[in-house]
Amino acid sequence: MKAFAKLITPYVVWMCAMIIVPMLMIVLYAFTVQGNSVLTLQFTLSNFARFFSDPIFPSVLLRSLKMALFTTVFCIMIGYPIAYIMARFKPSSQGLCVLLVTLPMLINMLVRTYAWKGILSNFGFSSEINVYIGMVYNFIPYMILQIYTALSKIDPSLIIAAHDLGADDRETFLRVTLPLSLSGVVSGITLVFLPAVSSFFIPKFLGGGQYVLIGNLIEDYFVSTGDWNFGAAISMIMALIILGSMYITRKLDKQIGEDED
Amino acid sequence: MDRKNGIGSKIAFALLLIFLYVPIIYVVVFSFNSTKSLTNFTGFSTKWYESMFKNRALMESIWTTVSIAVIATIVSTLVGTITAIGLSKNRKVIRELVNQVNNLPMLNPEIVTAIGFMLLFSSLRIETGYVTMLLAHIAFCIPYVMLSILPRLRTLDPNIAEAAMDLGCTPWQAMWKVIIPQIKGSIFAGALVAFTMSFDDFVISLFTTGPGVSNISIYVYSNVKRVNPTINALSTLIVIFATILLILTNVVPMIRERRNTKNEVNQ
Repeated sequence: MKAFAKLITPYVVWMCAMIIVPMLMIVLYAFTVQGNSVLTLQFTLSNFARFFSDPIFPSVLLRSLKMALFTTVFCIMIGYPIAYIMARFKPSSQGLCVLLVTLPMLINMLVRTYAWKGILSNFGFSSEINVYIGMVYNFIPYMILQIYTALSKIDPSLIIAAHDLGADDRETFLRVTLPLSLSGVVSGITLVFLPAVSSFFIPKFLGGGQYVLIGNLIEDYFVSTGDWNFGAAISMIMALIILGSMYITRKLDKQIGEDED
Repeated sequence: MDRKNGIGSKIAFALLLIFLYVPIIYVVVFSFNSTKSLTNFTGFSTKWYESMFKNRALMESIWTTVSIAVIATIVSTLVGTITAIGLSKNRKVIRELVNQVNNLPMLNPEIVTAIGFMLLFSSLRIETGYVTMLLAHIAFCIPYVMLSILPRLRTLDPNIAEAAMDLGCTPWQAMWKVIIPQIKGSIFAGALVAFTMSFDDFVISLFTTGPGVSNISIYVYSNVKRVNPTINALSTLIVIFATILLILTNVVPMIRERRNTKNEVNQ
């Protein structure tokens, strides 16, 4: 079996070049300013100082976080009952339900968002509501499928046992079903919140250009303005916030798991 | 779970399906509209399909998307499978380390991964275009392939491959004839994830492509400002393609399974 162990060498080299080096490049750019050559590299915090001294940038960041948070909350509020309903269908129809929820996810996200642009032009909602509809639409299948998977793994005899021991439907749900499905909600949160923070074409398509989020800001600095150093600093701030919130979510998930034991 | 779905639950589920499918039906219907309007259906016509097939930039973007998805799927499945098998024979420290690094692009926002690639290519003075987009696609697909294969490998009995080699197999034969057949299903699942990820990718493609090279997502992105019903026709094609893909990957295995059980009963 020792012969197989060496098989990872090419990928480890590739992984360093294509995953680790790019991350280091972002850090390098974020801590330097434009016009530096490799020889005269000077590290500076000025990009970060610029981000936090101008009130516009932190407010865009906060707006993106708020938007992602509300999107996640809406996805749970709609997704949980739907997943619960799906798990109570006959086993033979459950597969079809999963397919029906999965199919829209396979269709290009830009194409689906573009479709909403046409529909929403018939109503005259504010650009904020339009963006929320687009966000919830794009991310809700992930939430539903995660919660459904957790719910369908629950042993039915646990529910019967709870009833036998005198719990009514409400109590059974709150004390048996809900705690056992929380792991699905947590993985749903990571699948929705994370891409929602950095999403930039949904606000661009549906917000009519007035709704700038952190992703749009990064795109602007890389594509239009060409100030890569400042763009890299914004990306780094966003990545750190997201990795931090992921870490907390995972910690919470572990705690839930321990409570169940 | 107890199985009692009242009429209210069924209505709620139906409402969700309407929410999920209205935009899809909307683009399909309006792709047959005779005028440019996206709000009034004025009459049936297939002219947007004609203009789609005549549009060279659009056709090229479809070709770019498909060819990159196919190459990226083949390469990332091969590399991912071999690396996953190698990884399962390594010490735990190395396994954990590789998995942690592999997690980075999956946990990081896509735009951050995309910018990383862009900075890498530009500092190596590599001209961005088709090749850089392909390299980036391969890079972000491999971790997903490995993620799909590694859990399955953990459930295998290592003694079976050992036995094959004791009976005279070379390590390569042991891999091809013993390990790979056992993990076939998860390799296929990983390849499918890689294909759909590459086919639908937008953010990473946008930052790693060069002038004149775009995939479907980039084409839609750069043409969405003007009203352009050709995109509706393109969307309809994608809807049909996704439906076929979903049916092939879900219904065909189901039929095969049913046939297998029938054969077993007959025998």
